[in-house]
Amino acid sequence: MKTYMEWIRTEFFPTAFCPGCGHGIILRAIAKACDELELDRDNVVFVSGIGCSGWIPSPYIKADSIHTTHGRAIAFATGVKLARPDFTVIVVGGDGDLASIGGNHLIHAARRNIDITCIMADNNNYGMTGGQYSPTTPKGSKTSTSRKGLSEAPFDVAKLVKSAGASFVARYTVAHFPQLVNSIKKAISTEGFSFVQAISTCPTHFGRRNVTQDPYEFIDYLKRNSVNIKNITSSAESMGKIIIGEF
Amino acid sequence: MPWNRIKVPIKSGRFLLQGDEAVADGAFCAGMRFYAGYPITPASEIITRVQDRFEESNEGVYFQGEDEIASIAACIGASWTGTKAMTATSGPGFDLMVENLGYAIFTETPMVIVDVQRAGPSTGQAARPSQGDYHQVRYATHGDYEIIVLSPWSCQELFEFGVRAFNLSERYRVPTIVLTDEAIAHLREPVEIPEEIDVFDREHDPEAPPFSFDEVDASPMPLLGDGKALLVTGSTHTEWGKRVTQDPEVHRKIVKHLIGKISNHISDIFETHEEFIEDADFVIASYGISARSGFEAMNRLRKKRIKIGFFRLKVIWPIWEKYIIQRFSNVKKVFVPEMNMGHLSSELKRILNCEIIPVTELGTNVILPEEIVKVVEENL
Repeated sequence: MKTYMEWIRTEFFPTAFCPGCGHGIILRAIAKACDELELDRDNVVFVSGIGCSGWIPSPYIKADSIHTTHGRAIAFATGVKLARPDFTVIVVGGDGDLASIGGNHLIHAARRNIDITCIMADNNNYGMTGGQYSPTTPKGSKTSTSRKGLSEAPFDVAKLVKSAGASFVARYTVAHFPQLVNSIKKAISTEGFSFVQAISTCPTHFGRRNVTQDPYEFIDYLKRNSVNIKNITSSAESMGKIIIGEF
Repeated sequence: MPWNRIKVPIKSGRFLLQGDEAVADGAFCAGMRFYAGYPITPASEIITRVQDRFEESNEGVYFQGEDEIASIAACIGASWTGTKAMTATSGPGFDLMVENLGYAIFTETPMVIVDVQRAGPSTGQAARPSQGDYHQVRYATHGDYEIIVLSPWSCQELFEFGVRAFNLSERYRVPTIVLTDEAIAHLREPVEIPEEIDVFDREHDPEAPPFSFDEVDASPMPLLGDGKALLVTGSTHTEWGKRVTQDPEVHRKIVKHLIGKISNHISDIFETHEEFIEDADFVIASYGISARSGFEAMNRLRKKRIKIGFFRLKVIWPIWEKYIIQRFSNVKKVFVPEMNMGHLSSELKRILNCEIIPVTELGTNVILPEEIVKVVEENL
């Protein structure tokens, strides 16, 4: 058995994720990062909110976890960290969870630069409630609440969190597994507020309406449609692309 | 043993304290070492006093949240590490806390909330008293549950209830509210700080499941860091915190536990202050600031040889119906002064068969004794 599997509660398998959902890859990336860092499980607390992302640590990560209210995970995590500064506190949330209803907590945690790691499992929409648009849904996307194409612009959450004061900010997709693991390891090891935006696949809702329903093709699309921030020389190169890397 | 008699960590003796200061001191003496709050009138003095106590003792952590939602959330997070946590607010802030109050109830998280009532709805009058939150503190969040709410009438009781709120919260694993108001919170009175107090610390059991289906008693509590990979969730859950999102039986069991662990101990929780109830034909029943005027009105009326008694609820929720029915069995009329449309009046109308006469104040002036005397005399 791979040693990172010790961080996963396989007794709750099969997971609640839809077939082809990228959140299982994020779960494995987090487990692998914790394993490779050789974290002391008894001093690690995971905090999650509501939505598909909330299931990643609660119940699937084998460590203390608090599954909280929608959008409030960072605020709960702040209390845990202030009361027990010796704990490693890791928040896992979604794009709606952390950037919409929880947006205020996100920017203030970054401003305080409190020593919490925050992983945003970003599937570009509200998967659990039927595929409504979120603050990271690209403009023009069709969702169950933007049937003719979304007229609103999305947040660049990585840039937002960086400019609010976070110590470490990275964005990768589930098609960039080794980089994702490394960035989570860096985030946990960095003192101060660390943020990893992990772009995920949602074949059930966002993919079906905008990219593809096929999980493999979706991951391939994320790979083809991403450009590393280090390789961008002009703004034209990043037009319509997912900018990955460390910010 | 969970009950301990401890020496208070502050100077004992008689001090002139503001209500907000007294409740902060009481909480600190009870062991509160985490405070989170957002600035709001008329509760802001509480965080000031908490800072004083934390700094001079070199213990405790305070946190100014980005809003009241974050403040109560941080308290819940801190409480699961075993730290006694408190927040304080007023109506508009309490509105925002309601979401996570429900979470604290469902996850059986001990913590204390001080609600310093001001006039509402909405912004209302920030620096004027009211008792309009009487039902809000009981029924604010969705679903079925019991909650404990204490109602002090003096700065002395704000100190004492600061201690008692933590004791009840730790004992029954339920968020406990101290419901006061602007008039008492900003009043200055002599407060006697005793040398010793009784403190209940939650039963910590690292081996215990985090939750319970017991219909009678609260359960021991494991903590984060116990090494048991704890699952804490606001979703319907098993005793071990496994989410159960469809099974009606599990949900029924949880709600019965949340209610049973409090309703079965109502004689321990419920507390009143009574005068001349035995021979009374009439009773002034009240709580908080209005009870002070009610008490004076009773004294004036007794001097006129009117057989009137006084009944003050020190605990407004849960309300012990059987006890009230028994105590009021020979009473003909009950006069209920309160600074709202008649919240306690409506409860007493539901519980008792005798005539209930509200003495209400919808402006933000404290009800005066002579106003109560007048209503009583007109209705004898």
